[in-house]
Amino acid sequence: MNPEKVVFGFFIVLALTLNFGFFVGDIENPDHHHVYELFAVVVVNLIATVLKFGDRSQMGAVLLATSLVAMMQLLAASIVWVMAVHGGDGLTPVVMASIVSLSGGAMLANVISVVLLIIETVMLRR
Amino acid sequence: MDNIVFLILRRMRQPLLTLITVYTVAITGLIMIPGEDPQGNTWHMSIFHAFYFVSYMSTTIGFGEVPHAFTDTQRMWVTFSLYAAVVSWIYALGTILSLLQDKTFQRALNERSFARRISRMREPFYLICGYGETGQNLVRALTDRGQHVVVIDKDETRTSLIQLQNLRDHVPALGADAQKPRHLQEAGLPHPACAGVVAVTDDNETNLKIAITSKLLHPEIKVICRADSQEVEANLASFGTDYIIDPFDTFSTHLGTAFQTPCLYLLRRWLGGAEDSALEDPVYPPRDGLWVVCGYGRFGKAMTERLESLGLRVVVIEARPDITGDPPAGWVKGAGTEAETLLEAGLDRAVGIIAGTDDDTDNLSIVMTARDIQPDIFVVLRQNHSENQAIIEAVKADMVMHPSAIIADRIRVLLGTPMLHHFVTQAVHQDDSWHCELVSRISALVNQRVPDIEELRVSKDASPAISDACEEGESITLGEVLRDPWQRERALPCIVLLIRRGSAYLLLPEDSTQLRLGDQLLAVGAQGVFSRLRWNLCHGAALDYVRGGRIQSQGWLWRRFAKGRGEQKRYKE
Repeated sequence: MNPEKVVFGFFIVLALTLNFGFFVGDIENPDHHHVYELFAVVVVNLIATVLKFGDRSQMGAVLLATSLVAMMQLLAASIVWVMAVHGGDGLTPVVMASIVSLSGGAMLANVISVVLLIIETVMLRR
Repeated sequence: MDNIVFLILRRMRQPLLTLITVYTVAITGLIMIPGEDPQGNTWHMSIFHAFYFVSYMSTTIGFGEVPHAFTDTQRMWVTFSLYAAVVSWIYALGTILSLLQDKTFQRALNERSFARRISRMREPFYLICGYGETGQNLVRALTDRGQHVVVIDKDETRTSLIQLQNLRDHVPALGADAQKPRHLQEAGLPHPACAGVVAVTDDNETNLKIAITSKLLHPEIKVICRADSQEVEANLASFGTDYIIDPFDTFSTHLGTAFQTPCLYLLRRWLGGAEDSALEDPVYPPRDGLWVVCGYGRFGKAMTERLESLGLRVVVIEARPDITGDPPAGWVKGAGTEAETLLEAGLDRAVGIIAGTDDDTDNLSIVMTARDIQPDIFVVLRQNHSENQAIIEAVKADMVMHPSAIIADRIRVLLGTPMLHHFVTQAVHQDDSWHCELVSRISALVNQRVPDIEELRVSKDASPAISDACEEGESITLGEVLRDPWQRERALPCIVLLIRRGSAYLLLPEDSTQLRLGDQLLAVGAQGVFSRLRWNLCHGAALDYVRGGRIQSQGWLWRRFAKGRGEQKRYKE
């Protein structure tokens, strides 16, 4: 067992699960999507991205790309949240819907990440 | 390119993870710990405010406590996270700085900028492998002629010398082992503008490997290779290396030429001499008498063979016959540096001595001792190192053999004026009085300096005036063109040595020879004469003037005017 692989897999899967946790629920209802959860998703995704740095294989490159996509989506969601809470009219249904749908996109990227991880693992065990 | 990005990413992984963790812990703490606003209400920091606060706190900018003054619990937490965050920033910056100073990283940067320079080269260039004495001579000579070169050498201290040498052209240099094909590829071997590879490292194996790599990866380019032994030469020839240069063989051929046709030897030295060097005096090695050869190494062997084939009597002096192999009968054992050995070899009856050991000090000592016994003996001296130039010159030997200079000279001719090579092959078949006549004609042109030598071409690009006239069906003779464009009564001080027309060669063409499109000319002349000659080749008015003494009207209006008056016979657009 390679401890590095454990940490790597852990963060990639955690990024997906947290993302899912934030995403589920009524899309317009702020009560279903807690902001602390969004914060956790951003942090875990950041860590997952950094962990993917410096891998020269093709798989590593694609994994890094999916993480960068997820990061972009999540940062967009965070910025929308900050603008709404600190500069706009608060969490209206419209704003909430866009935050959640952005995180939904990030979740898709995270799903691809996990699928790639599984494929790599399966190919190793061939 | 990827190398650098990946290197940075890999090294930055740990510091970035530390930063993220510290930020997260600090932000989490700030949003968890309750605060108190001026009205005494409990409040919780929002994530945005916490991130904002941590960002300026950890970079020690410190704008103050927002949005309200902190409670003591909050301050305790901030104190803790402040130290943690600052330390992790220092750690991250330190890693980046140490990465910038890292040898591997700098190498990667250098290789990248080198590769970029190579890929940007548009004009033909030569790849010189090995930047020792030969390489340095060659690079200087080629850049002086306006040709482009790229240098590769295993020793980085040598390649870094290039920046100090004040060469005329920028020379990209790579400090890497040329034996590895990857490095040759980086240095531009597969580049379409790469015109040739020159392998002049001091190691036969390396030269061999470079030659074979070049022939395999870019078969159509010229490969010139230095070789010091017969086996390597045969090997190089077997896969089509274009030119193989053995300094000892080359010099022994020169010596043979000097014996048989002294004027041809002189001609060769003059025409192949480095730009701006002094004209050499003729040498006449004596043929009737005994020759003493000191040292029976590669050089001694080549010389003994050559002298014997000329029917001269040779005595060899060798100190270590167990290494070199036994010289032919009648040899003497010893270093040759002491009078005793020299006398035993019969120096008192000898007419010439060859100091050919691989040690410059020994060679000089041999020459001094020999001159004590026989003051007017003919001296051939082998020079092994460039640093000894001053003392070698002081001895005033009749002929000096300096391997790196010989190789550099030959390669310079092959790359710079390849037609000179053809000229010499043609000239060998003429008798020596022909050579001597040419020597005196050339010496009349120039003033104690090596003449300029130039390849000219009758084509649209190189000589538009002549090619235009040829296309209009006019016949232009050589004598008409070789006139001073300022004063047509005067002939230009230059001689056309050879015209190449298709596969035929015209040796020393007459003035009445007609020029044709596609001709290649090899001309020799006084310094600076070719810039004047170019006027005649490129400028229609100048050509008209030297041919007929007519000054052609310039400009469209004047030409129309002249045409109207019927004076202008020829009208060119």
